[in-house]
Amino acid sequence: MDVLLNNLDLFGPFFLTTIELFVLSAVGALVWGTILAMLRVSPVPVFRAVGTAYVTIARNTPLTLVFAFFVFAYPLLDIVKLDYFPAAVVALTVYTSAFICEVVRSGINTVPVGQAEAGRALGLTFGQILGQVVLPQALRSVVPPLISTLIALLKNTTIAAGFSVAEAGAIRAYLSERGESQLVGLLWVALGFIILVAVLSFVQRSLEKRWSVAR
Amino acid sequence: MSNVLFDVPGPKARLRYRTYAVVGTLVVLAFLGYIGWRFYDSGQFTARKWEWLQYAQVQRDLGNAVLSTLQAFAAAAVLALIFGAIFAAGRLSDHAWVRGIAGFVVEFFRAIPALILMFVFYFGLPTVGVPTSPFLGVVFGLTLYNGSVLAEVFRAGIQSLPKGQSEAAYALGMRKTQVMFLVLLPQAVRAMLPTIISQLVVLLKDTALGFIITYQELLYYARYIGSQGTFGRPIVPSTIVATAIYVVMCLLLTALATYLERRNRRSKKVIAAPPTATEDLVAASA
Repeated sequence: MDVLLNNLDLFGPFFLTTIELFVLSAVGALVWGTILAMLRVSPVPVFRAVGTAYVTIARNTPLTLVFAFFVFAYPLLDIVKLDYFPAAVVALTVYTSAFICEVVRSGINTVPVGQAEAGRALGLTFGQILGQVVLPQALRSVVPPLISTLIALLKNTTIAAGFSVAEAGAIRAYLSERGESQLVGLLWVALGFIILVAVLSFVQRSLEKRWSVAR
Repeated sequence: MSNVLFDVPGPKARLRYRTYAVVGTLVVLAFLGYIGWRFYDSGQFTARKWEWLQYAQVQRDLGNAVLSTLQAFAAAAVLALIFGAIFAAGRLSDHAWVRGIAGFVVEFFRAIPALILMFVFYFGLPTVGVPTSPFLGVVFGLTLYNGSVLAEVFRAGIQSLPKGQSEAAYALGMRKTQVMFLVLLPQAVRAMLPTIISQLVVLLKDTALGFIITYQELLYYARYIGSQGTFGRPIVPSTIVATAIYVVMCLLLTALATYLERRNRRSKKVIAAPPTATEDLVAASA
């Protein structure tokens, strides 16, 4: 308990950074992942190919490597300067959106075929069918796997600690500088994550209850 | 589903799609071209930054780095499978206290980031006098995390089997262990094989976390060679090479999963697991 109480100035702000990192990349990944999913079901073959290529590469590259690219290699390219924190958000978004895309796509497949057919019969365009008929139902039916992906994202934020972002994963290094017990500190960090994951699971259950589609 | 989202295109729609295709291609090409030009302009394509690949010593070291990645992967994969099997059996036990303990362990390790587990093994244990190494940190961190995910996969696989399977086995007079090992597990493993392999892909990728606790694997070596002044600090080329190697390794594993899935679908003996359960688990471990 002492390790936690004596170092609240570390645990507080660092976990806050974790949450910021999580929220920003979650929003980014949800938006970009949904766009990717729309590309992957679009009638234009080129768009489908681009979406597939992106997802294949992003899903098979270690996240640590994505981080390493944005922190070590990207600055050499001289494009737009990214600080450590924005770079971490970009890396997490680039990686997680591929998984979000696949979840959303599997959700699109759960919507009964008749829904889209009815939309077509009414003369809706592809964009209207997707945006107003299929996606709202698809997103509701994939709440559990979507939240699971976000939980994975939350845990993945710790990797930012390896790349100079002061979030929960980095608490250990600061504790060791102060001569505190690293093992105890790590157990507190673990507990923090267990609580955050529990919160997300709670959100998942309540969303599931409220949003479940009656079929 | 995706093919009913739009009608078979008529002449007008075909024209429109073609316009989109051209515009889309141009946008993608412009983006890739810009990135490529940035690479070129900042000198990433100069021969000096790539010549390290020609040195026999560098190639040997690169091979060794890949080997360390695969070593950590193999050790962690085997241990995680064993861990998963034991705790899946625990969660399905008839004794409430075994179920309770197994459930607690699995949920506990699933909620903690793999990197934090590695920290515990690498930085935490020495402080209480247990000797350790980066390799052990990577392997145990990955084992506990992926093992508990695999435990859930196994459990979902066994629970997805029709009840009649175990009832019939009990009716034949089999004991609990016989029912589990002779009837349920073989079917569950076949049905869940694709999911298990996807989880192993995750494990393979996560070995790259070892870089952070100084385990000298592929990413560590890429970073090392990227900082060498003699080759003009080729961090961008070395990252590209490392990415290519990782993607190929993961795609080979994924191809195995797809192949097994296809073979399973052909044979009628396999009882398909409900897709939602498995997708949920794999997404969870992304």
